[in-house]
Amino acid sequence: MQFMLLFSRQGKLRLQKWYVPLSDKEKKKITRELVQTVLARKPKMCSFLEWRDLKIVYKRYASLYFCCAIEDQDNELITLEIIHRYVELLDKYFGSVCELDIIFNFEKAYFILDEFLLGGEAQETSKKNVLKAIEQADLLQEVNYSLSLSLPHAVFMV
Amino acid sequence: MALKIVKGSIDRMFDKNLQDLVRGIRNHKEDEAKYISTCIDEIKQELKQDNIAVKANAVCKLTYLQMLGYDVSWAAFNIVEVMSSSKFTYKRIGYLAASQCFHEGTDVIMLTTNQIRKDLSSPNQYDTGVALTGLSCFVTPDLARDLANDIMTLMSHTKPYIRKKAVLIMYKVFLKYPESLRPAFPRLKEKLEDPDPGVQSAAVNVICELARRNPKNYLSLAPLFFKLMTSSTNNWVLIKIIKLFGALTPLEPRLGKKLIEPLTNLIHSTSAMSLLYECVNTVIAVLISLSSGMPNHSASIQLCVQKLRILIEDSDQNLKYLGLLAMSKILKTHPKSVQSHKDLILQCLDDKDESIRLRALDLLYGMVSKKNLMEIVKKLMLHVDKAEGTTYRDELQHTCNTKLCNCSTLILLRYISILVELTRLEGTRHGHLIASQMLDVAIRVKAIRAFAVAQMAMLLDNAHLLTGNMQRNGICEVLYAAAWICGEFSEHLEDPNQTLEAMLRPKVATLPGHIQAVYVQNAAKLFATVLRKHEGATDSQAAQETSQLLVERLPLFVQSANLEVQERASCILQLVKYIQKLQQKDVEVAEEVSALFAGELNPVAPKAQKKVPVPEGLDLDAWINEPPSESESEDEKPKAVFAKEETKHSRPRHTEVDEKELARRREARKQEQANNPFYIKSSPSSQKVYQDAPGVEHIPVVQIDLSVPLKVPGMPMSDQYLKLEEERRQKEKAEKKKKEKKKKREKHGKGKKHDSGPESEEDITPAHHVDIVTEEMPENALPSDDDDKDPNDPHKVYDIQGNLQDGSQVVVSVIFENKSDSFLKSMEFNVLDSLNSKLQRPEGAGPHDGLVVPFQLPPGVSNEARFIFSVQSIVMPQKLKGTLTFIVKSEDSSTHEKLDFKLHFTCTSYLITTPCYSDAYAKLLESGDLKSSSLRLEGVNMPFHHLLARICFHHHFSVVERIDSCASMYSRSIQGHHVCLLVKTADQTVSIDAKCDEPSLLGNVLDEIKQTFSQC
Repeated sequence: MQFMLLFSRQGKLRLQKWYVPLSDKEKKKITRELVQTVLARKPKMCSFLEWRDLKIVYKRYASLYFCCAIEDQDNELITLEIIHRYVELLDKYFGSVCELDIIFNFEKAYFILDEFLLGGEAQETSKKNVLKAIEQADLLQEVNYSLSLSLPHAVFMV
Repeated sequence: MALKIVKGSIDRMFDKNLQDLVRGIRNHKEDEAKYISTCIDEIKQELKQDNIAVKANAVCKLTYLQMLGYDVSWAAFNIVEVMSSSKFTYKRIGYLAASQCFHEGTDVIMLTTNQIRKDLSSPNQYDTGVALTGLSCFVTPDLARDLANDIMTLMSHTKPYIRKKAVLIMYKVFLKYPESLRPAFPRLKEKLEDPDPGVQSAAVNVICELARRNPKNYLSLAPLFFKLMTSSTNNWVLIKIIKLFGALTPLEPRLGKKLIEPLTNLIHSTSAMSLLYECVNTVIAVLISLSSGMPNHSASIQLCVQKLRILIEDSDQNLKYLGLLAMSKILKTHPKSVQSHKDLILQCLDDKDESIRLRALDLLYGMVSKKNLMEIVKKLMLHVDKAEGTTYRDELQHTCNTKLCNCSTLILLRYISILVELTRLEGTRHGHLIASQMLDVAIRVKAIRAFAVAQMAMLLDNAHLLTGNMQRNGICEVLYAAAWICGEFSEHLEDPNQTLEAMLRPKVATLPGHIQAVYVQNAAKLFATVLRKHEGATDSQAAQETSQLLVERLPLFVQSANLEVQERASCILQLVKYIQKLQQKDVEVAEEVSALFAGELNPVAPKAQKKVPVPEGLDLDAWINEPPSESESEDEKPKAVFAKEETKHSRPRHTEVDEKELARRREARKQEQANNPFYIKSSPSSQKVYQDAPGVEHIPVVQIDLSVPLKVPGMPMSDQYLKLEEERRQKEKAEKKKKEKKKKREKHGKGKKHDSGPESEEDITPAHHVDIVTEEMPENALPSDDDDKDPNDPHKVYDIQGNLQDGSQVVVSVIFENKSDSFLKSMEFNVLDSLNSKLQRPEGAGPHDGLVVPFQLPPGVSNEARFIFSVQSIVMPQKLKGTLTFIVKSEDSSTHEKLDFKLHFTCTSYLITTPCYSDAYAKLLESGDLKSSSLRLEGVNMPFHHLLARICFHHHFSVVERIDSCASMYSRSIQGHHVCLLVKTADQTVSIDAKCDEPSLLGNVLDEIKQTFSQC
């Protein structure tokens, strides 16, 4: 997979993950072009399109479009599966996820994606394992948080 | 210390966190940019603080802003600071920010190596995990080299969580630092049998990706993968393995045979569509690569086609689409199997999804045979009527146009009516194509001419119905064909009078010039037919009426702004007036008028000329005149001026060029052109390189007899160079001979001892090259070859040549090619004058006014315009910046755009290839007025004659004399400077001693020569 984009029906980018090195300018250009192309498609149209020398696989969940770019020999259906799997993961993590969850916790959305895909390849096919890793990392984060907060608080109290 | 911490945390209470930022942005929809710029100021303040929590918060916010498209590269160092925090919370944010914002050009990346290494070996697996994840996004070749060993160690980590990440990231490392592949490969292979399924699947992933790039190295793993394929139940892994086999089979057909069985088993058993699809695709690929030697594969194909049928019949659009896509792959090798599902594919034409309809059309395109043609055409015609969506309709018409053309008369009749029907539809872009097909069919197939003419006459008669928006959609091109067919084959017309009338309607004047021209010409043909008809019926009244009609209508065309139309119209008008006079005297004129257009036009195959045998006794390569025996007649050896070398007279022999050699040269030239950035593929261009020319006779020599004087007298047409290679070579030979006859050459300037006419030579001006060096494209245009894909770069100036004229004028020919789909008009060419070089503008124009390009460009058309520059000093190269502005007219809008370019006037382009003979050359050098300079080129390993040919061609020199590996060369500038070279070669080293009466010109010419050889 070359990259993954999440954007809203209004064309606002909500998440981007690039697995190929590109300049910011190029990324912006691609994003703009793809968002336009995908949004222009009618709802009853199929989820695949050929774009430059890539294949674009996208799917709409509520108000969010999930859009992946894959190479010529890649399997479109498994890419759809990856998108769906990611949505399921988000759903499990946030508890019936909505666009706002991703907007306000965008870093979490990235953490989940990074546990699921690495360098554009699926690294963990078990949902349970992905969620477990995220939970444990979060736990570690909270320990850190409480430590960092507790110390100044204590001083402040004195 | 404590106080500082307290202060930090108090500040923090007033800081915005990410949520506040997001909320803020959502609340400031009107002035988002302003709000964000204040936020960025705040973030800059926060980053200045020592508190890492504050910094991390700031970096987190920056990551969000980066996604919104703001530049945050200035904070790269702060990101590194947050990455190095010992706390996981911050480290995680730091690495996230880095993976989103860093790219290969980020210079702080090199500061991170040690930090990443530390994190990779952290006892906490999540620290390691975060570092690996981040690294996968921003790994650079340097990082890959420095960290390859650390990551390799991690592949054997005790925790599968780390192992699988390490295995996956190795792929990125291999890409960036290929040397790491060899040492890491044994371990990677080991991971294929890792007890953890996640690690195993990661290893399969990596090897599959590697094998896709270079399958050969992974053939040895086939047995192992075969085992995995039969044992694994994980569909993700299976898909990857099957894909891997797909990459391997073309190299090892036996593997393919072995694969068919397990793959067909999987196709039968699996319920996962993604796996089924992958299997079907791989089976198709395997069968294509086997193609022969597989007796029993029809069963497998049948199975695939059956399964695909199920996919296509599915209500899920995605499966339908993929099914059709895979079908089209089968079609290439097994068309019969696909044809039996024609019904299903025709059904898909009714699908509500345009992309599916396009796929189905694509398939039909390949399925048409004589038998099913009529049925498919009928179905397609129904669709043309109701088709919605422009791409689809264009595709549809394209299919009808190109594919359905078959050879039986009946079909052609149908074909013509299809073409005619197609023209009735608005919005097609294929006007050109339809027109050329109509012409093609009408010219080639006598039997259908009558039918075609009748149809075309109808079209002409109804032209006004279409004219509304015809101009825009390109359908008017069809009228070009219609007018020509009706004129040429007018004997088939039922009512030529009416058609004639239709062709002379005032509305015609709104058509593009080239079509009007055809109208006028063919009106004359029709006129001849009508006259004959009337005279045959002795109806002189009617004949005179027809003449009167022409006399009335033609003046409209005489006033046309288009030269061609004007010229033809006025010519024909006078003719008709004369005929009218004769008619009034009751003279029969029809025979004579018809004689004007007598003779049948026969189609000639493009290669026909080649098949004409050369008459016996004609030797195309033989001299027509006796070659002058120049060197022998010279009684005195020229003195060696550059070096004290013994000079011998030896004329390079003329080498016969055989067919093979020609082909080889042509190939080499194509290669050369392909690598030349100034070339647009397969466009005719003047830039030719004679790498393989065997001797000096292939050095381009000025062409005299072809020159067509333009407004500036004595200027040769630059498209001389556009002639075919052979043709050109023939002519050169002839010219060379002419030149050699004028043995006693005159030279300008200082060696003025000779007598023959300088004036005649003055006019010989070779086409010189002034190449565009850099083209600054519009912002959204891609450089070089990708141009043709980019619709935003409608224009490409691809070749500029300069013709030099009488010492101060340079004529630059610019070829404009419209590579876009839009119509370009109102082009204005402007150049920023320098003190030395000025674009000559018409009187009354200001010094910054642009020149109007005297033509418009329909899509795909190219044309050439010439611009005259006056140049004062020619001793320095010059670059002039210029701009072309133009209006892009597309179907529903027009925009004003511009294209920047640079004109490069090299010193070489001021030189004229001027032959010079040894005695004159020696005298010139002896005169002692010349300054000398020299140049050494190392590592030039081309044959000496190639080297000379190159200097001659690229730098407009001529060889005066050549002795073994030493040659003297001469050229003259447009202002009469002499440039003399002595070129010697030994052991890949070329030394050039040069003399010229203008040292800086010489220096620049030498620099340019050096440049030429550094490029090869």
